[in-house]
Amino acid sequence: MIKAILIFNNHGKPRLSKFYEHYTEDTEQQIIRETFHLVSKRDENICNFLEGGLLIGGSDNKLIYRHYATLYFVFCVDSSESELGILDLIQVLVETLDKCFENVCELDLIFHVDKVHNILAEMVMGGMVLETNMSEIITQVEAQGKMEKSEAGITGAPARAVSAVKNMNLPEMPKNINIGDISIKVPNLPSFK
Amino acid sequence: MALKIVKGSIDRMFDKNLQDLVRGIRNHKEDEAKYISTCIDEIKQELKQDNIAVKANAVCKLTYLQMLGYDVSWAAFNIVEVMSSSKFTYKRIGYLAASQCFHEGTDVIMLTTNQIRKDLSSPNQYDTGVALTGLSCFVTPDLARDLANDIMTLMSHTKPYIRKKAVLIMYKVFLKYPESLRPAFPRLKEKLEDPDPVKYLGLLAMSKILKTHPKSHKCNIAKVSKQRDYASMQESLRRCDFFAVKYLGLLAMSKILKTHPKSVQSHKDLILQCLDDKDESIRLRALDLLYGMVSKKNLMEIVKKLMLHVDKAEGTTYRDELLTKIIDICSQSNFQYITNFEWYISILVELTRLEGTRHGHLIASQMLDVAIRVKAIRGFAVAQMATLLDNAHLLTGNTQRNGICEVLYAAAWICGEFSEHLEDPMQTLEAMLRPKVATLPGHIQAVYVQNAAKLFATVLQKHEGETESQAAQETSQLLIDRLPLFVQSANLEVQERASCILQLVKYIQKLQQKNVEVAEEVTALFAGELNPVAPKAQKKVPIPEGLDLDAWINEPPSESESEDEKPKAVFAKEEPKHSRSRHTEVDEKELARRREVRKQEQANNPFYIKASPSSQKVYDAPGVEHIPVVQIDLSVPLKVPGMPMSDQYLKLEEERRQKEKAERKKEKKKKREKRGKERKADSGPESEEDIAPAHQVDIVTEEMPENALPSDDDDKDPNDPHKALDIDLDNLLSGFSSRPLADSEKLPVRTHRPELLKSPAEDRDSESVPQETKKKSGKEKKEKKKDKEKDRKRSKEEKKKKKKHKVEEELLESQPEEAVQSEETKEAAAPPTSTSAEASDLDFWLSSAPVPPAAQEVTAPSSAAAAVDTSSATAPESEPDEPKDTEPEDTKSSKHKKKKQKKEKEEKEKKKKKRHHHHHQHHGDAGGEDSVQNGTVEEEEPLPPMSNYSLLAENSYIKMMKEDADQVYDIQGNHQDESKVVVSVIFENKSDSFLKSMEFNVLDSLNSKLQRPEGAGAHDSLTVPFQLPPGVSNEARFVFSVQSIVMPQKLKGTLTFIVKSDESSTHEKLDFKLHFTCTSYLITTPCYSDAYAKLLESGDLKGSSLRLEGINMPFHHLLARICFHHHFSVVERIDSCASMYSRSIQGHHVCLLVKTSDQTVSIDAKCDEPSLLGNVLDEIKQTFSKC
Repeated sequence: MIKAILIFNNHGKPRLSKFYEHYTEDTEQQIIRETFHLVSKRDENICNFLEGGLLIGGSDNKLIYRHYATLYFVFCVDSSESELGILDLIQVLVETLDKCFENVCELDLIFHVDKVHNILAEMVMGGMVLETNMSEIITQVEAQGKMEKSEAGITGAPARAVSAVKNMNLPEMPKNINIGDISIKVPNLPSFK
Repeated sequence: MALKIVKGSIDRMFDKNLQDLVRGIRNHKEDEAKYISTCIDEIKQELKQDNIAVKANAVCKLTYLQMLGYDVSWAAFNIVEVMSSSKFTYKRIGYLAASQCFHEGTDVIMLTTNQIRKDLSSPNQYDTGVALTGLSCFVTPDLARDLANDIMTLMSHTKPYIRKKAVLIMYKVFLKYPESLRPAFPRLKEKLEDPDPVKYLGLLAMSKILKTHPKSHKCNIAKVSKQRDYASMQESLRRCDFFAVKYLGLLAMSKILKTHPKSVQSHKDLILQCLDDKDESIRLRALDLLYGMVSKKNLMEIVKKLMLHVDKAEGTTYRDELLTKIIDICSQSNFQYITNFEWYISILVELTRLEGTRHGHLIASQMLDVAIRVKAIRGFAVAQMATLLDNAHLLTGNTQRNGICEVLYAAAWICGEFSEHLEDPMQTLEAMLRPKVATLPGHIQAVYVQNAAKLFATVLQKHEGETESQAAQETSQLLIDRLPLFVQSANLEVQERASCILQLVKYIQKLQQKNVEVAEEVTALFAGELNPVAPKAQKKVPIPEGLDLDAWINEPPSESESEDEKPKAVFAKEEPKHSRSRHTEVDEKELARRREVRKQEQANNPFYIKASPSSQKVYDAPGVEHIPVVQIDLSVPLKVPGMPMSDQYLKLEEERRQKEKAERKKEKKKKREKRGKERKADSGPESEEDIAPAHQVDIVTEEMPENALPSDDDDKDPNDPHKALDIDLDNLLSGFSSRPLADSEKLPVRTHRPELLKSPAEDRDSESVPQETKKKSGKEKKEKKKDKEKDRKRSKEEKKKKKKHKVEEELLESQPEEAVQSEETKEAAAPPTSTSAEASDLDFWLSSAPVPPAAQEVTAPSSAAAAVDTSSATAPESEPDEPKDTEPEDTKSSKHKKKKQKKEKEEKEKKKKKRHHHHHQHHGDAGGEDSVQNGTVEEEEPLPPMSNYSLLAENSYIKMMKEDADQVYDIQGNHQDESKVVVSVIFENKSDSFLKSMEFNVLDSLNSKLQRPEGAGAHDSLTVPFQLPPGVSNEARFVFSVQSIVMPQKLKGTLTFIVKSDESSTHEKLDFKLHFTCTSYLITTPCYSDAYAKLLESGDLKGSSLRLEGINMPFHHLLARICFHHHFSVVERIDSCASMYSRSIQGHHVCLLVKTSDQTVSIDAKCDEPSLLGNVLDEIKQTFSKC
């Protein structure tokens, strides 16, 4: 079982958190902090497995993570999951995000966390791996996107226009955001394919 | 109207959406919290609007804020609203939010059952998918039970997309509702034949289940799983990290270790090397492996390596990890691998030199454990501990609050307890009384003081024989000089012990000066030996025959006594088990008498664990001549300067083994080797059994009580979620012959509501049969009391059953409806007894639990048809509900927890009153009020049951039942202007035709409004989300917003519907009146008596009072009734006087003081809202006027 999926950036800011067991909000934040602390101090060239986050479940559990540019993707799993399988799943997740957002970068995750959740929902359900085939995932996500659009229909048009207008400010955005990470992209990684 | 909508949608455009929120938060880096709190206020405003799009947007933003750590549970109800939107877009937002923040404690979750069911059966596969995904995150036992059948159906959905989700979620359902496993398992097995993706997932779910059932049908699956494993392996390896390999190698080794320990042990050096890896994960893995591969032979060597690493290790976490591992390795399976305990003690002592470790207490407990259980080692241990005490400054010196000083606790205790082994007790005593000791933590000081006294006794005894008792007197003087320091300690324990011992020493000094021999008596203070007791000893005591642990030892004096106090009184009687005899000064006769009494008591006391012979001795003979003389067999520890002790032992050990071996194999040449590795190469493998322990050590086994029951259930972790799945599946798999699915095991099928709720009820009924019958036959107060207590106790013991209780309650709600039916069929001849009604129910359910829908429809309409006759004859023209029927919505789980005891009582009460009550309601509803009959019923049946449902209205086609004040939510929290009330209504089709297009409408008043979906006008009706086939009933919930709650409310409403039979369809309508009593706005809230007193003193509350004459019922009955019907809780009860408290959903406090003196009850009440109070009192009056 997957206990939790966390995505946070190099500074430990959460970009997505999905817990498959209930914790209070405070505990969740604590878990994110602890996980970031554990993961961030590790070198790039050591293995991607980490045992015993104290908060989630203790000794039976592992953290399996990957680090892409500015983002950490961390899966907390119990002993029944295969380590390599999860590593693979992370890769599939990132590649899927890359397809769905067209060259995904941290900003996509920041502003569209709901979409990321929806994509994740097609891959992992209630802590169990549901689908690892990327094209299948993308098909389902897109079909649902289409449904959403058709529902918005004409009434949605003005809203879309407004959001387009809002986004016209986008060139200013980096200034507003005042971090330089807009250009930091998640690389199109499958380098060992 | 249209204009309004357009305007609304334009406004909406400029509402903040998620992106704007994120942007805003990023722009307010400095005052993020403040910005977010304004955003939350905005969101609250948005949630108040009728427009679902606005609500969905708000909920979407809340989901984001939840991720940032903000509690959004206050919006749970709005999330449910968004979930129930018909648009996929909003539905998905709703379900996402729910999956992020709902959990078992969320009370609105039970509102979602019908919505989820609707979505599951939606024609749109994505609606279904979204519901399944959401459900997988927040499924509760109740949801699992109610939806298991729907999900099972989905497992054979046409779309693989749904099938695979359904298969996967089944696993979660099993976990929450294990009863569903057996019926669903064959279906799950079928899924293994499904084409690709679903098969794998079926396999996944299956394999998770089979983890708990290793034996069943492995081979069946092995084939498929191999296939899958291979595929995924290949896939993964393709992308696999290089760095992962080492880790995975170690992981694989640990798996091999379990089956082939030898083959792994040969890689010991490789694994030891991994301890040097820079990657902590790998180091920890290696440590783990080492733990598994130690043997008698290599333990010392491995530990030595680990000790080296401890010295080198940087970072306290890893070092602490090493430390715990060393201790784990050594102490595993009862010190099985340790051959030389002197070595182990020195390892422990060396470990104390670690700076800043958190594990001082761990080392300490090991020291104690070894010293107590290995008798032969005591001498050595004591010597080591004395050195430790002497050098205590080294441990505590640098950093004050580090954990290592815990070791001193063990050291002091060991030195004191086994002081006869000390070479120079005087010196140790001196070391223990240094002023620096006062800086140690309190609990350690306390041990110091106590053990100083023990040492004192030893010193005295040592010097007793001597003619010149100078030394003994010096010791006394030392204590008298130093103890005052401890008497001043801030720690109570230290202070108490110190002053006690100081007085004692002063007294002894006086005797010494008179040259009286005191040593014997002083030593007697500490005579006797402490034996280790196994941790599970208490559990293993067999319960003697005829002992009922649930029975009261003394009948409780009265109902009212605060229930928490009772257990205390019981336990206070118990004797401290290991009290040392301190009564030496008491005169001998008295002592003997007391002993006799105590023996008697012990013999009769089932809780008393029979002492072992050695400790028995203490009780029997406090005299000195019985002090056990301990045989000391010591091998003299060697001292080689410049080398850590443990290393010397290692060397010594190797030499010893060599020697032994040489002796055994005399023909072989003796050859001494220092390194174990070299030796191995030379002398070939040495088998485990060859190694004899250095000196015979007896590990005193922990004591178990006599006749301890052997049991293996201790190993099972009660918290293991899979435990529930430990269900026998074999028979299922191997055909249905041996143990086919029992009827009761079939999943609840949703046909009409009572049935749905009834099936879990069945086991409750059967569970409580003995109780039930008792009640019916006996009816003596005593028995009732006992039952009640039993209930309470049981509930305490079986917290897990809490859920079941919930079910029970639900069931209770549903019962009356049925009862009404059956009553009606009987056409009200003699008052039907509850026994018959219940029994017939029981029979019905026992005989046909797995009824296919058709079967019930046969039974239901027949009774319904009868109902038509009676009701049309009596013309239902009535006050739809009386305050009497308003009952607390105690199904709410949170409350359930808070007030469990109370609830038990209420529940009981409810059970009792139910009978009476639906009677009542029936007659009340039917218009013909028959108080005389009610009265008689009351007499015959002193425990009338009560109902949550009252008839709202009915005609020949349909019957509406209202559950009173089902849920009251104070959605706004702090805002006092508006509250929401959820009313659930059961619609029952009484005709033979199909009822459809039901529309529910209520004429809003200024104060109370029906919540309509966005865009609907104020007079539009709500469509009831289901149709009713003949004889079927279903429940719908309607939300009302209420502004003022100080007055009771009545709302007129209409239900319109189409009656469709084969030949015709007609429009029909039914009028009804909804009645909100003031009591229904009260929430049972517990209150402590001091808070209550403060509240009354505050003077903010206005008073009013009420007198009730001719109340002929026991006081506790009366209180229970007020609690039950009017949502009060008892704060305090003294004799015939009780204070009670309740709170309204808008935070008004209502306090009652109820007094009774023969048949007259006076109620003095206070509340900060006089009109609310007046109405509540009126309602209370009404309640009692009806009994």
